[in-house]
Amino acid sequence: MKKSLLSLAAVLGFTLTASAQMLINGAGATFPQPIYTKWFDEYTKVDPSVRFNYQGIGSGGGQKQILAETVDFGASDGPMSDENIAKASRTLWHIPTVAGAVVVTYNLTGDPKLKLDGPTLAGIFLGTITKWNDPAIAGQNPDVKLPDQDIVVVHRSDGSGTSYIFTDYLSSVSPEWKAKVGKNTAVSWPAGIGGKGNAGVAGQVKQSPGSIGYVELAYAHQNKLAFADMKNSSGNYITPTVDAVVQALATANVPDDFRFSMVNPPGAQAYPIAGATWLLVYAQQKDPAKGQKLVQFLKWAFTDGEKLAPDLDYAPLPDALRQRALDRVNSIKY
Amino acid sequence: MNRVGSMAPSPFLPSAGRQRWRRYKSAAVTGLLCACALAVMAPLFLVIYYLVAEGASSLDWNFFTQVPKPTGEVGGGMANAIAGTLTLLAMAACIGVPLGILGGIYLAEYGSQRANEWVRFGADVLNGVPSIVWGMVIYLLLVVPFKTFSAYAGGAALGLMMVPLVMRTTEEVLILVPQSYREAALALGIARWKVIVKIVLKTALKGIVTGVLIALARVAGETAPLLFTALGNNFWNHNLKEPIAALPLQIFAYAISPYDDWHRQAWAGALVLLALILAINLSVRFLSRGRKSG
Amino acid sequence: MSTLPSSDHLLTGSTSRGADAAFKWLAFAGAVVVVGLIVLVGGELYAGARLAIAKFGPGFLVHSKWDPVTDEFGALPFIFGTLVSSVIALLIAVPLGVAAALFLTELAPFWMRQPVVTVIEMLAAVPSVIFGLWGIFVLVPWLRDHLFVWLKHSLGFLPLFQGPIYGVSMLAGGIIVAIMILPIITSVSREILRSVPNLQREAAYGLGATRWEVIRIAVLSYASRGIFGAAILGLGRALGETMAVTMVIGNRPEISASLFAPGYTLASVIANEFAEATSDLYLNSLFELGLVLLALTILVNVIAQAMLKTVLGGASGKVQ
Repeated sequence: MKKSLLSLAAVLGFTLTASAQMLINGAGATFPQPIYTKWFDEYTKVDPSVRFNYQGIGSGGGQKQILAETVDFGASDGPMSDENIAKASRTLWHIPTVAGAVVVTYNLTGDPKLKLDGPTLAGIFLGTITKWNDPAIAGQNPDVKLPDQDIVVVHRSDGSGTSYIFTDYLSSVSPEWKAKVGKNTAVSWPAGIGGKGNAGVAGQVKQSPGSIGYVELAYAHQNKLAFADMKNSSGNYITPTVDAVVQALATANVPDDFRFSMVNPPGAQAYPIAGATWLLVYAQQKDPAKGQKLVQFLKWAFTDGEKLAPDLDYAPLPDALRQRALDRVNSIKY
Repeated sequence: MNRVGSMAPSPFLPSAGRQRWRRYKSAAVTGLLCACALAVMAPLFLVIYYLVAEGASSLDWNFFTQVPKPTGEVGGGMANAIAGTLTLLAMAACIGVPLGILGGIYLAEYGSQRANEWVRFGADVLNGVPSIVWGMVIYLLLVVPFKTFSAYAGGAALGLMMVPLVMRTTEEVLILVPQSYREAALALGIARWKVIVKIVLKTALKGIVTGVLIALARVAGETAPLLFTALGNNFWNHNLKEPIAALPLQIFAYAISPYDDWHRQAWAGALVLLALILAINLSVRFLSRGRKSG
Repeated sequence: MSTLPSSDHLLTGSTSRGADAAFKWLAFAGAVVVVGLIVLVGGELYAGARLAIAKFGPGFLVHSKWDPVTDEFGALPFIFGTLVSSVIALLIAVPLGVAAALFLTELAPFWMRQPVVTVIEMLAAVPSVIFGLWGIFVLVPWLRDHLFVWLKHSLGFLPLFQGPIYGVSMLAGGIIVAIMILPIITSVSREILRSVPNLQREAAYGLGATRWEVIRIAVLSYASRGIFGAAILGLGRALGETMAVTMVIGNRPEISASLFAPGYTLASVIANEFAEATSDLYLNSLFELGLVLLALTILVNVIAQAMLKTVLGGASGKVQ
């Protein structure tokens, strides 16, 4: 008891004294949170003089806070709209870091492996398919005994790039979804309950029997959730893996401003619901010291950081794209 | 219970059967009231039981000395969140205590009947402002213009929430100081402000301290105002202009996450937070023992 | 001669008048700050909501669509959710709280009172986020697997108890808010009941009333207005609850007849979406929701304080 009191006092004293350590703040997407926090943790070994504090408040939050300049960098899985970029006080760049799969996760007894296609998924999230043993689902899964149970739909309650990727996919495979709901970081969901962050949705699915939701692959793996094989544009049912995302990324057409979509790509082995995630940084950093540290970190991320991606179930950028990103990082001014 | 029935029966009195029915009804209601009292007390014990059952085993050395690990990894602790909460409370006190005490002094020593009514009304209204609204307002006032989430903003939000509480409790204890103290001191020629500060306040000090402690216990558990002001920090806070971690924020983030390890830590953090708050409340009771009846 | 300790150090000359005036103004400033803060809070919310107020007008309050994609916003689902969850909370907490207060004033032996009061005050000290944590992992699963199933089974003919059971729901939100407002309703009711003159009770007992009849006739009818005020005070507290509600209500802006359906309150939607509203109209709409919440809470609290003052008189309504 005395020992912990003493250490608590020491801890307080320590925190209140100024330190030479710099703190750089970022906020935004929860989609890449596992890999970003891993990068920041590893980077403290590379450069102990700087700490990166990252809070997963959602892609919408990342966009908003970098526009308000209350954080040093933002993170978003949905590219910013032209309207929003115009609000920035100076040039704001999107720099893609990794790509990940948005998986369809569900909570059914026995954790069966389900196969789903786009229109069925859209039907479930539109609320037109309400039971697990609906013929549309059963038809694709003849070997699975599906229960006569209500489907509990779980979606994001906050503004989310994961939602952006997911609704982008649903819009491209379902004209009804495109007309009724559309694609955005936050939409008016026709059905279901809301969870906050990737974490909130995964948590909700884990707690609710018969539920279905969408989360980033790393979250599903870490929480041992079951996820579905999705039918891609070539007609194959693909299991979401890093390789399948790499395949999807290979056929993506990336313009100069780095804002691109990679849902429902052509490749035969490509996973259809995947997306890149971006860091949002200003071309001209306002604080030279912080700017320098940020650029140094980004250079490390695009050389050494990318190697950590596959272990956490993210697809690293293909070499050509990675080099383009590195070139963009090198032209950040501070 | 109805002794009248033992005398010669009167045609105006209720029959024996009816009296028995009334007695049964009364006994039933008595039982119901006891049950309700138990029902009202039950949630506290249920919550404490689960906090202890789920969280006590996680209160190890690591928990109190380490910062969170990267998302998804097992281990780490809430040391920075505990320190953050204590820091925020200290900052909140810097704002809430002076403003609250000065306001309380005005109400007890200077204010007219009518002015006091308006001020007390204002304090009650302010006390009813939802904590999330405080978060929004401080975000506009201290986060956006300074372009940073900060411990200052978090401390300011909590401090302003404390003001009405501290003000009303200060007024209550100052009124209890006998008027004769003031009159005697003034009669001796002591300046009025010195009378208030060195005699009245000093006499009421214990009561004022308990009022401050109650207010601190109240804001220690607030999460909503910190969401858009302190933001949260995965590391130690070294500069009050930077974001800072806090126990309630960390508990919230961990509770809604899917990681079992984070859930375990959320229970432990909640146990620490509740222990902190109950400790403050119990020390208040100890300090005001004998001063007021329950 | 002097019974006080030496006060020579406190004696001053005529310069005290300046210091006196300065101190008085300092104290006055402290008091004025309180009124100033209310104006500040209201003003900032209004300023933040201007765009939405201009665009949507009063129709905002009755529009039921909340769609960030098409920038179409309406407050109705949240007003509905806030009111319904609060009413559920009152329906549960007022009877329980008044009953507990009656227990304390009419039944409990003297030695039992302080411990029970202490327990209730400790309940009041538990923060919202801890209730939310307990709600997610203990209450909601129990509701989902037991209470809701039983309700659907026995009362399922009512539209209130139809539809799929998620666990997180409007009813779960109402229950958890009920637990949180129990202490304030109990303690204020207790004050009200204590203010009933003993003469009333004695007169009723003297006429041969049983304990329940004394409570019903002498105490409750006398105290009814005060208890109503206590309930309104509890309502004011219920309206602003954020964290615990967010964690158990389901977060869906929908107006549904079923209590099992997820809902959304004014405070919860702000907590979830404030940091991320990217478009100006979206952010302004959230501020307008905050303004509605503030107005609602202030109105309810003012009514409650007014009612309690007429019953308790004087410096009533100890700031809870």
